[in-house]
Amino acid sequence: MTLFGVVRFPGSNCDDDALRVVDEVLRPRGARGRILWHKEDALGDVDVVVVPGGFTYGDYLRVGAIAAHSPIMGAVAEFARGGGPVIGICNGFQILCEAGLLEGVLTRNVSLHFECRDVHLVVEGRPTPFTHAIPAGRHVRMSIAHAEGRYVHPDVERLEKEGRVVFRYCEPDGAVTAAANPNGSQNNIAGVCNADGNVVGLMPHPERACEDILGGGGEEGRMLFECALAWKTGSPARVGTQP
Amino acid sequence: MRPGLEDRVASPGRDPAVKVDQKAAAEHGLKPDEWKRLCDRLGREPSWTELGIVSVMWSEHCSYKSSRVHLKNLPTEGPRVIQGPGENAGVVDIGDGQAVVFKMESHNHPSFIEPYQGAATGVGGICRDVFTMGARPIALADCLRFGRPDHPKTAYLVGGVVAGIGGYGNSFGVPNVAGDVQFDPSYDGNILVNAFCLGLARKGRIFKGTASGVGNPVLYVGAKTGRDGIHGATMASAEFDEHSESKRPAVQVGDPFMEKLLLEACLELMESDALVGIQDMGAAGLTSSSVEMAARAGAGIEIELSKVPQRETGMTPYEICLSESQERMLLVVHRGREAEALAIFDKWDLDAAVIGRVTDSGRVVMKMNGDVCADLPADLLAEGLKYDRPRKRPRYLAETESFEVRSIADPAESEVPSLVESLLASPSVASKEWVWRQYDHNVRHGTVLRPGAAGAGVVRVLIDGSDRAKGVAITAGCLQRMVYLAPYEGSRLCVAEAYANLVAVGATPLAVTDCLNFGSPEKPEIMWQFAESVRGLGDACRELETPIVSGNVSLYNETDGQAIKPTPMIAMVGLLADAARTAAAGFRRAGDLVALVSPSGASLGGSLGGSEYLARIHGLCAGVPAPLDVARARPVFDAVRAMVEAGIVSSAQDVSDGGLAVCLAECAVSGPAGPVGLDVRLPRSAGDRVDQLLFGEAPARFVVSYPQERADDAERAARSRGALFTAIGRVGGDRLRITLEGDGAVLSRGKPVELELERLVRAWRDGLRVALG
Repeated sequence: MTLFGVVRFPGSNCDDDALRVVDEVLRPRGARGRILWHKEDALGDVDVVVVPGGFTYGDYLRVGAIAAHSPIMGAVAEFARGGGPVIGICNGFQILCEAGLLEGVLTRNVSLHFECRDVHLVVEGRPTPFTHAIPAGRHVRMSIAHAEGRYVHPDVERLEKEGRVVFRYCEPDGAVTAAANPNGSQNNIAGVCNADGNVVGLMPHPERACEDILGGGGEEGRMLFECALAWKTGSPARVGTQP
Repeated sequence: MRPGLEDRVASPGRDPAVKVDQKAAAEHGLKPDEWKRLCDRLGREPSWTELGIVSVMWSEHCSYKSSRVHLKNLPTEGPRVIQGPGENAGVVDIGDGQAVVFKMESHNHPSFIEPYQGAATGVGGICRDVFTMGARPIALADCLRFGRPDHPKTAYLVGGVVAGIGGYGNSFGVPNVAGDVQFDPSYDGNILVNAFCLGLARKGRIFKGTASGVGNPVLYVGAKTGRDGIHGATMASAEFDEHSESKRPAVQVGDPFMEKLLLEACLELMESDALVGIQDMGAAGLTSSSVEMAARAGAGIEIELSKVPQRETGMTPYEICLSESQERMLLVVHRGREAEALAIFDKWDLDAAVIGRVTDSGRVVMKMNGDVCADLPADLLAEGLKYDRPRKRPRYLAETESFEVRSIADPAESEVPSLVESLLASPSVASKEWVWRQYDHNVRHGTVLRPGAAGAGVVRVLIDGSDRAKGVAITAGCLQRMVYLAPYEGSRLCVAEAYANLVAVGATPLAVTDCLNFGSPEKPEIMWQFAESVRGLGDACRELETPIVSGNVSLYNETDGQAIKPTPMIAMVGLLADAARTAAAGFRRAGDLVALVSPSGASLGGSLGGSEYLARIHGLCAGVPAPLDVARARPVFDAVRAMVEAGIVSSAQDVSDGGLAVCLAECAVSGPAGPVGLDVRLPRSAGDRVDQLLFGEAPARFVVSYPQERADDAERAARSRGALFTAIGRVGGDRLRITLEGDGAVLSRGKPVELELERLVRAWRDGLRVALG
């Protein structure tokens, strides 16, 4: 059994979606989930932390800035320092950046609009708890839904050199092009990890791509959670091999 | 609002010492007879605060004084209806102990003045109406009407409204799955923003806005009260003129984050049994919520205004009572349970306070530091006024009805490709992806059919302790040209169109909510449109067994005396036993066969009356729409739903704006696996006009596609129910080929009309952007 803790802040709105994936969709695979309230300062016995999407504190001040200072984030930081797997999705990614657990910052989309649509991502970089069993170069489809997802890093070359870009926007065939970049992120970056690789953040929503019935979005988002399950149990795994 | 009203200086916490007389009443929008009625009923002249309260409660927006006499004839009951009109939203049983709660509401006037905030608070208001009843919102839909795309304000209004709807709904976290956007010159000075919300509740846990139990405490929770939005309801009850822009201070400002906290806190409180009643503070704020809660319970309410959390200092009783600050709720809890409620609000960091109590006086009493500033009978305010205003058949109808098709030339077959392209690029027909991409349409793990995939959106509904998932389908829109040309028949067609959109995704239609947007009721010709439209809606909903469970009326949609086209927006909700058994509009795969399913005994074509073709190509809104014959339409509806439900068809789409040719083109360009061509042959009898066959509009016609091996099943599903089934062609190739085949060799040379897929895709995809510049 692998216990996923899904953090709930005021204004989180993808918390129920993430909880459904880890507590119901992947229950037959040994996953369980529970909500972590932002005012708590301990994680209990969770094995994996999910910081879900939403508009925490209304995104007022700056996206993710207020949530990053919640009591729970102290516990999440400690968990991460000990090597615990943490994934931030969308607003969760923004929060992890604001909390200093990930580098870089998410700024306003170049379109200046909120963008909700399917994108394709190529999985690459160093192995992480959420990608280690996905064949390198595999591309996956999932949705984005954000107005501030343009990733900016002051030394993006170092990040690239360290293999810390783990998701990159691409065409359906895997080609990384400017046209495939939905928000103007540097180097088409959709997701990154920390220096140790155990903390991952991405703007697209893997939790919305876990059930085929939902909008024809496919199930490729499952791979990230299945990787985390395999990471915990230490069992050898290969997820998402090309059909 | 009216010049001078807000300029009067008041000392903090007190109302100004001004004479409350007929002149002051007139400034508040009260007519002389209304003023007299008020004084007679009170036996005295009202106080300043009382005048403010009465003026909003008797406004058209709050009292429905011109519309009630007609609305009472609408069908509102049915075996699945748990709650009809009169509460915050309608409630319909969907089985398994579950219910859907839904309503649609207008926010037209504020959105024209301040498009972002006007639209945003429209979404916020309708969501509150739904979760107030104990339902978690799971779907939004928006119906928007703008003026000519090239009108100098249109692009700005579209941008602001779309951003505002997204800004609120995305943050609040509810997927936006349906709705429509259309353009018509009659909305140049008066756009329409109608927001729909649907929530899911447990059947036995529906909450109502009643203040019962003498002595029970009245709680206030949510945003602090400020001076924003004072007289918003009055603004919504007046026509626009060149000074309307100065009314911007009467537009409220939305805070979706606050509303998200309110939602979670209220749903948590509803899990306990401490709550007696709950009502959101919408139009006319604290005033209307207390009046409505007291009146529904036949009780009274007493409120101490100094206890109301306030954002600004020195607010007068008048201002506190009439503020339309957003994201506020009024609750009644059982005596002694206040602490429980307050603890939940504290958990969610919300301001809350006990501000009053329920009485048995039948009166709404507002005090400031113990001094009574308003003491009014709840029933006087809640019942409001009722007028049967004069009606007169509009003169324009004689002219529009005299239109003869003969007066326009039937296009040559060679002209068809450019006509189809032009219609596909019409901003009312073209893809609205630019709009719905700005809305989060797949949050809350429920969206099965996304916006743009079909005429209705479908969201999944999970059942506790079961692997089965039902689907709820939502469609919303209006055929305003049809209603303009024939208010009775056109309104019936709006109901049929909604019904068609639901069966095409495999749903069984359940019930309706409406938003009736019209001009000034004080004009007999407008009132006639309204009465006829309501009669048409009522008859169609009765015949199709889809009761109207909630709704909203928005009158005075005029600027400088120019009324909008009558626009009864219809949102219809349907149920799918299995959410996976649905169909989208686009052709799914090459090789599938294509058929038209339509009413028996009718020609395959339609009427040009009120058609997109006449509007777009000839610049005309004229003629008479094809009427709805439910006896003939019903078998078609049943057949299409059965085909989708049984998984026989790969796609289904009802033929609507632009007629058959445009429908075929839409199905081709919107294929889920990418655009795909089509080769069809359409039977054409001697005397049939090309334009009527290809671009005419009529109710209950569908284009379906299906694998060859299901051809017999598809045909049987239609014929066995008495619907006409005409196999017309096959999906495939890189172009849309249409061959018009005559009965005899005389008519047809058998030469197909060919349309390049790529050009069609471009017209459809870029139409909206090109039109808006």
